[in-house]
Amino acid sequence: MKLSLRIWRQPDAQAEGKMVSYEIDEVSEDASFLEMLDVLNERLIGEGEDPVAFDHDCREGICGACSLVIDGQPHGPQAATTTCQLHMRKFKDGDKIDIEPWRAGAFPVIKDLVVDRSAFDRIIQAGGYISAPTGTAPDAHAVPIPKQDADAAFSAAACIGCGACVAACPNGSGMLFMGAKVAHLGLMPQGQPERHTRVLGMVAAHDDAGFGGCTNTGECAAACPKEIGLDVIGKLNRDFRKAAIRAA
Amino acid sequence: MSTDFYRDGEPVADAKAPAGPIAERWEKRRFSGRLVNPANRRKLRVIVVGTGLAGASAAATLGELGYRVANYCFQDSSRRAHSIAAQGGINAAKNYRNDGDSVHRLFYDTVKGGDFRSRESNVHRLAEVSTEIIDQCVAQGVPFAREYGGLLDNRSFGGAQVSRTFYARGQTGQQLLLGAYQALQRQVAAGTVDLHTRHEMLELVIVDGKARGIVVRDLVTGEISTELADAVVLATGGYGNVYFLSTNAMGCNVTAGWRAHRKGAYFANPCYTQIHPTCIPQSGEHQSKLTLMSESLRNDGRVWVPKKKGDDRHPADIPEDERDYYLERRYPAFGNLVPRDIASRAAKVVCDEGHGVGPGGLGVYLDFAAAIERLGRKAVEAKYGNLFDMYERITGENPYERPMRIYPAVHYTMGGLWVDYDLSSNIPGLFVTGEANFSDHGANRLGASALMQGLSDGYFVLPNTISDYLADGPFEAVPEDHEAVVAARRAVDDRIAFFLGNDGDRTVDSFHRELGKIMWEYCGMERTEEGLTKAIGLIRSLKDEFWRRVKVTGKNEQLNQELEKAGRVADFLELGELMCIDALHRSESCGGHFRAESQTEDGEAKRDDANFSYVAAWEYGEDAPVLHKEALEFEYVKPTQRSYK
Amino acid sequence: MSTELQNRPAARPDKRARAPQGPWRSNIGLKIAMAVSGVLLVLFLIVHMAGNLHVFEGREEMNAYAHGLRTFGEPLLPHESLLWVLRIGLIAAAAVHIWSAVVLTRRALAARPVRYASKKPAKGESRHAVATMRWGAAVVFLFIIWHLLDLTFRTVNPVKDVPDAYGAVVATFSPERWPVTVFYLLALFALYFHLRHGIWSAVQTISGPDTKWRKRTQAIGLAVALIVVLGFAIVPISVTFGLVS
Ligand SMILES: Cc1cc2nc3c(=O)[nH]c(=O)nc-3n(C[C@H](O)[C@H](O)[C@H](O)COP(=O)(O)OP(=O)(O)OC[C@H]3O[C@@H](n4cnc5c(N)ncnc54)[C@H](O)[C@@H]3O)c2cc1C
Ligand code: HEM
Ligand code: HEM
Ligand code: SF4
Ligand code: F3S
Ligand code: FES
Repeated sequence: MKLSLRIWRQPDAQAEGKMVSYEIDEVSEDASFLEMLDVLNERLIGEGEDPVAFDHDCREGICGACSLVIDGQPHGPQAATTTCQLHMRKFKDGDKIDIEPWRAGAFPVIKDLVVDRSAFDRIIQAGGYISAPTGTAPDAHAVPIPKQDADAAFSAAACIGCGACVAACPNGSGMLFMGAKVAHLGLMPQGQPERHTRVLGMVAAHDDAGFGGCTNTGECAAACPKEIGLDVIGKLNRDFRKAAIRAA
Repeated sequence: MSTDFYRDGEPVADAKAPAGPIAERWEKRRFSGRLVNPANRRKLRVIVVGTGLAGASAAATLGELGYRVANYCFQDSSRRAHSIAAQGGINAAKNYRNDGDSVHRLFYDTVKGGDFRSRESNVHRLAEVSTEIIDQCVAQGVPFAREYGGLLDNRSFGGAQVSRTFYARGQTGQQLLLGAYQALQRQVAAGTVDLHTRHEMLELVIVDGKARGIVVRDLVTGEISTELADAVVLATGGYGNVYFLSTNAMGCNVTAGWRAHRKGAYFANPCYTQIHPTCIPQSGEHQSKLTLMSESLRNDGRVWVPKKKGDDRHPADIPEDERDYYLERRYPAFGNLVPRDIASRAAKVVCDEGHGVGPGGLGVYLDFAAAIERLGRKAVEAKYGNLFDMYERITGENPYERPMRIYPAVHYTMGGLWVDYDLSSNIPGLFVTGEANFSDHGANRLGASALMQGLSDGYFVLPNTISDYLADGPFEAVPEDHEAVVAARRAVDDRIAFFLGNDGDRTVDSFHRELGKIMWEYCGMERTEEGLTKAIGLIRSLKDEFWRRVKVTGKNEQLNQELEKAGRVADFLELGELMCIDALHRSESCGGHFRAESQTEDGEAKRDDANFSYVAAWEYGEDAPVLHKEALEFEYVKPTQRSYK
Repeated sequence: MSTELQNRPAARPDKRARAPQGPWRSNIGLKIAMAVSGVLLVLFLIVHMAGNLHVFEGREEMNAYAHGLRTFGEPLLPHESLLWVLRIGLIAAAAVHIWSAVVLTRRALAARPVRYASKKPAKGESRHAVATMRWGAAVVFLFIIWHLLDLTFRTVNPVKDVPDAYGAVVATFSPERWPVTVFYLLALFALYFHLRHGIWSAVQTISGPDTKWRKRTQAIGLAVALIVVLGFAIVPISVTFGLVS
């Protein structure tokens, strides 16, 4: 099939960027969206042009590296699907497709479609862990955990840290990402001792990185490839309220 | 034999494994190793390259111990290391099921699974440590699957007769890595680990025979810098991408290991690669990677091909008696659950005979019709729903209605940098952990044991063994203008300048793809003397062409993904040649290495213990690689021919 | 593991994220303030709406109700004490609500400095809120100013006699002053969206329900918003169309 692409091109963080049009022909239905871009890049290199930079690694929906806003939607039109798992059969011959980077103040563009998501790591550094230095652990069966809790914790822990939630949020908020981690650790008995300090630290780091607040619009959850739900933001709010009252 | 391809060297002198009863060796080694006083640890710098299971666990643990750690990865976050993709699970000899498992049984299964090409001492240690790994991960909050009673669930995996695999839905690697990642981030916040993401190691610095640092490129700014330290740990993962198409992530590469190899580190058993039988087949030339469908699917799916060659009817229209359930036919005892190497080769055999299905005849059916009938669609959905969805997203076919098409794909590399029992390479101060080393899996890795090895190395083994080396430190500071440092930097600068200045006309990917085809054709599931010899010639001329015609756009002082790829492919080209030489010299079949010349009458792999019971540790040589053999001894598990009939 | 380890601080102070203003000035802290004040405002509106319905009982009843509010507790308490307690609470709630709304909105705009070239309609659970919350709030804000000048201070109302609330209401919505009615209805329309989202949003912010309860809260928010807004709207409509005069 034949497609008209408009892609955000920006040589580096400082430079001005703009949408640039490309025509591309003979795209296979079976190709993934990123493979379609590979084909375009091969051509651009042949023509001596700078290929389009984009982040990607696993190409199977788990590493969280890929990050394209396709026609205004983070990770494109298919629900619960990362950009790398999106396939061209979801598009039609002759389609016009806009491709942009994640947009958020906390995720500055590095080049073209590549953004800097290190703010997520800083949020985790501020408390998104359980302090269990190597070698200090009791037997794994020392504390049984109800299956429902373990399953719910898993569902929250399935977050791949892609940042689509931030890209989709009208406030550039990282609450879904942060909520997923707070919910995961808060559901485990091992996570209890640090529960209060964790949430206060993470929220401070979140705000510090320049993410906005949540107004519960739910765009994040709709864009999340791992279907993390708004309940994690509720859990985050609740933990925060308790911790803040205790700290006051 | 074709010795013009390589030279024989001295046997490997010492692998440092302590002697004595096998169950006491690790204890003994830990006790005999020297310790570093806590106050001195602060003065010791350790570089860890890689943030996968092996790297993140090592960096976090060394940080907790009080060393100064510098940690590197090329991804934008350490959480994205390729370990994140592991699906199935992690083994541990917990015997929570009381089904007869034990450290010794895990040890036994792993040595046998590796087709008697691994070291007993190492494997036993791995089995011992496995139980601590689970404890550690649970303490970190890893949400393993649990039963209604609240205890950990286990499943049997990869044909094991006991249930010893711990898992977190189909995302075990992700959850384990996030545990390690969080421990690592905690140390970053504590200031013991300096983490550098989007940095790629391009050269190793050796001063007075010791590994003392690395040269890295900042992938965003292009800045080349040197990090100096008292020891260097490489945890840089596997090199399956030498085949271009594999289940590995796009960025997986051999550069760190290969640079060390060129500086003298031995590369062991490079030809041992694991081909995984259940991957989604290639759909066209645009294909950039292959996707693994979890091995667990074989528990309920039945594998078959049409009996008639080139039968292109809809699978539902092919009657039972015109189907060949070839695994059940050939291996009645294990059926669809034979180990990976066997299932893969069997698929290749039927496809080569013309029975394959799908584009190019490169695929076999994995059919759930019987399971859906037996268990009901609901139950099948509950068990495999997410895998089925993934399959549908990629292929556009609905596996509830039409059997999946699968084909083997390159998955894991058992070979890697040679290390002794302490995980030290033959260069003092250079340690290697995880998939990047060669150590514990012999010629074939069992399912759910790579995660175990990565974490065992990183959390428990390396932090103990490295102290023996660091006890002699801190070593004399290396000035930035030391000639070894300057030379290493210059080598990096020159290579980059060459790529950017070369007036070429072929893209890096086109070379990579061509190399991959050669490797897959001649050094893939079945290898022959003739094919390998041909492949070496082809790779040499491809390498030649690469340096003449490669075209890299852009400049160094920017994010330049083509430049990154160029360096990686240059190293793959050299590695590919060594893999073929290794495969050629090992004229026996063992594990994942199947030499057509060495098979039993019914087409099974035939080992040659008399001549090949050794580790092939290759030393880099300008003209030809030098082979050092490390003899393998088996005191506890007597080598037998593997049989799954 | 070594004891040294246990003694090490969890994070290096200079690397720890700065929270100089304490948790209550954080995005979530402000949001809680907004939610609590918003809930108080909702309660006020429910009572206010119910009170307005006295209009249908006629001038006497309505004015008696207004009078009763003012003389509550007399002579033990001074004139208008209940009213002033309510007013002070209301002013405080409104101040907190508006202040937090302004701070959070400014932060949100800074957090999302660049728009997408390609726009797709929102598809989240509160997709209507994306477009309506902020301009809706602005309309409500302007409305309240007008409304106070109109019915509390009577600056813009033909009836200056304060105890005659009934007369003021009837006068302001009289058929020839139809633009006033239209403005009120427009404001109520904005208020509908504000409440429809605001009510469940406040619950989500304060208590964090699970998925089942979130869905229920959304339904309750919708119902309350409808009841309140229709309850309000019926008054100006009735007056304008001459059902009450
Ligand atoms: C799809 C798939 C499924 C799997 N499933 C299972 C399973 O179920 N059970 C199991 O036991 N095993 C499984 N495996 C195997 C297992 O996941 C890997 O062997 C293991 O995770 C490797 O871990 P690692 O830490 O050694 O390397 P990796 O996780 O690959 O990490 C390598 C690290 O090195 C860094 N790096 C590499 N080169 C450089 C450089 N030059 N400079 C700087 N940094 C560099 C990378 O950034 C990365 O951080 C699976 C593998 C795949 C591909
Ligand atoms: C002066 C006019 C007002 C302004 C400027 C204003 C502004 C805002 C803003 C910006 C929000 C956050 C939007 C969001 O969550 O998406 C909000 C939420 C809210 N508002 Fe208002 N508002 C006003 C009046 C009112 C009134 C009169 C009420 C009650 C009757 C009210 C009740 C609420 C509630 C309950 C919330 C939800 C709080 C939360 O999300 O946690 N607001 N308001
Ligand atoms: C559309 C129908 C409405 C009618 C008929 C109405 C009527 C009145 C009247 C008669 C008063 C004066 C009461 C008195 O001073 O005794 C009043 C006060 C007030 N109204 Fe309304 N109102 C309406 C809607 C609203 C809405 C939608 C809001 C808020 C968003 C609102 C907020 C207020 C406030 C804040 C006061 C001042 C309260 C006080 O003086 O203590 N009103 N209203
Ligand atoms: S919550 Fe969802 S969208 Fe956000 S980072 Fe995690 S996986 Fe991505
Ligand atoms: S989209 Fe943004 S507003 Fe909240 S519900 Fe999600 S973070
Ligand atoms: S490339 Fe890894 S999730 Fe898309």
